[in-house]
Amino acid sequence: MSNSQTQASSRPLLEVKGLKKHFPIHGGILGGKVGNVYAVDGVSFSINRGETLSLVGESGCGKSTVGKAVLRLYPITDGEVMLDGRRVDNLPAGELRPLRKRMQVVFQDPFSSLNPRQRLRDIIAEPIVNFGMASGSELDDRVGDLLDKVRLPREAMYRYPHEFSGGQRQRIAIARALAPGSDLIICDEAVSALDVSVKAQIVNLLSDLQDELGLALLFISHDLAIVEHLTHRVAVMYLGKIVELADRKTLFGTPHHPYTRALLSAVPVPDPTVKRQRIILRGDVPSPINPPSGCRFHTRCPFVFDRCKTEEPQLRDVGMGRMSACHLDVVPDQVPEANRQAVAA
Amino acid sequence: MSTTTLPPDGFNAAPKLADVLPPRKERGRIGMFIYRHPTIAVGGFMVSLFVLMAIFAPLLWTVDPTALAPARRTRPPSAQWWFGTDMLGRDVYSRVVYGARISLIVGFATAIISAVIGLTIGLISGFIRAVDAVVMRVMDGLMSIPSILLAIAMMALTRASVENVIIALVIADVPRVARLVRGVVLTLREQPYVEAAVAAGTRTPMIIWKHILPNTLAPVTVQATFFCASAMISEATLSFIGAGTPPIIPSWGNIMAEGRALWQVKPYIVFFPAIFLSITVLSVNLLGDGLRDALDPRMAKRI
Repeated sequence: MSNSQTQASSRPLLEVKGLKKHFPIHGGILGGKVGNVYAVDGVSFSINRGETLSLVGESGCGKSTVGKAVLRLYPITDGEVMLDGRRVDNLPAGELRPLRKRMQVVFQDPFSSLNPRQRLRDIIAEPIVNFGMASGSELDDRVGDLLDKVRLPREAMYRYPHEFSGGQRQRIAIARALAPGSDLIICDEAVSALDVSVKAQIVNLLSDLQDELGLALLFISHDLAIVEHLTHRVAVMYLGKIVELADRKTLFGTPHHPYTRALLSAVPVPDPTVKRQRIILRGDVPSPINPPSGCRFHTRCPFVFDRCKTEEPQLRDVGMGRMSACHLDVVPDQVPEANRQAVAA
Repeated sequence: MSTTTLPPDGFNAAPKLADVLPPRKERGRIGMFIYRHPTIAVGGFMVSLFVLMAIFAPLLWTVDPTALAPARRTRPPSAQWWFGTDMLGRDVYSRVVYGARISLIVGFATAIISAVIGLTIGLISGFIRAVDAVVMRVMDGLMSIPSILLAIAMMALTRASVENVIIALVIADVPRVARLVRGVVLTLREQPYVEAAVAAGTRTPMIIWKHILPNTLAPVTVQATFFCASAMISEATLSFIGAGTPPIIPSWGNIMAEGRALWQVKPYIVFFPAIFLSITVLSVNLLGDGLRDALDPRMAKRI
């Protein structure tokens, strides 16, 4: 591992280019394909070692699909996933398997992510055993160390998951994710199902582990307050596409894309005296089966103009290390005067 | 969570197990079991009584259940013939005790064989999509055949025997187990712990063995006990209509069939096998109910 780190310190740990995942819809009498769900439609980002990238967006925008596609829990439709410079999306199962120990996952629901019929020891040891990394008493020691890392007592390894609370179970899931010595952990809404106080503990645990082990995290969440607390960079997704990608400070300080601004203005501020302008989006998220033409956000965007309906904006660098996909960034001249003022404000 | 055992920052040290989990309640093992699962205890106890009765039938003060004695036909229950004698003078008590063998053999054999075959078919078709479509249509086809009619047809084609009764009932039950298992497998496949296992590099056979199979055993066991009970009833029905166990072997169904003609004047010939059948089926069903409650993962929290 140290070898790969020295030769590739500049290379991102995970690089995703133009990732697409379309789920076919079957229907009719013969069960033929009648359409597609464009769950993820051209998503690109990268994560460096020891870095946290958060993927935020509304329910159904495809953020969890990105996570599962990166893990290759299902084959992707198009695009490339590179782990440490090596393309993994097209590897046959046999060649992919050894690479799986480098990326692990923590799921949202701590009650269904642990097999109720296995003891903690067997749950946490599963990846270690799979990759033949230890056995016998060495395995017990490893599991014990992992329990130490997630602040659970070692004796707990002989217990079953149902004896633990949600937060404790999430610690167990984290221990399992750490077990094969992973470099990247995909946290798919990992704290969304937990109480606020427990949530804070788990988030702090993740940050501690990141500092301690140099983990990279892909943190998939809809909880902007938590994201702001722990992330380095943020990617905002809308209907299967990234609309804005920026550093935490840049994004939360000066949200740029109209959708990001609407999303951030919806975060409650725990201070009743604060008066702020809310951007209220009308209508629902359009269906990913039949996404809108042009910019996917044009049906709800307060600054929409003609070009948005026909041409799809590309994700471009708009300065300060920020990427944004909006026509307003490129051709302010075409924007009606009223809208431009609103944008400036 | 108690704050006293944690250092000020709260995260640097693991708490002791006692702070995380309450200590387990100590109780005698058998006492604990009866306390937690009274239905299993009662049902299991009664089923084992019947099993013991069937095994030790020759020792239970019985006479040869097939010995004819035309001179003492249709005697009422007395100290000599506890349940009376039938039209051919055979001892009804001995016939009922020996008849338990047939009922239990048919019940258990049908349940076990159809559970094993159904489990295998269900696991395969739940995991391999190509097989699924074909196998499940075949199962649908089998399910549309009423088990009693199938059994009668088989008896008409071959000769009446206990094995044929079992085969006919297994053919009817296998698709039901297969469907149940397939459904469970399809939901289990989508469980996050299975996805986590895939991400952790577990190979498919190990996923089936460690994650899928243990979680399908509970519903299959429960289903099997109900099949056991219904197989006993079907066997009695078939024997009663003369399409099951051959008359030479006493079974609760054919004892009742022989007593049917005399039902109005000598009701005890029908009464005793019927009572035994009902109580056996009741105890197997109690056992099944208890198992369903005990094996349901949602109930597992009651530690």
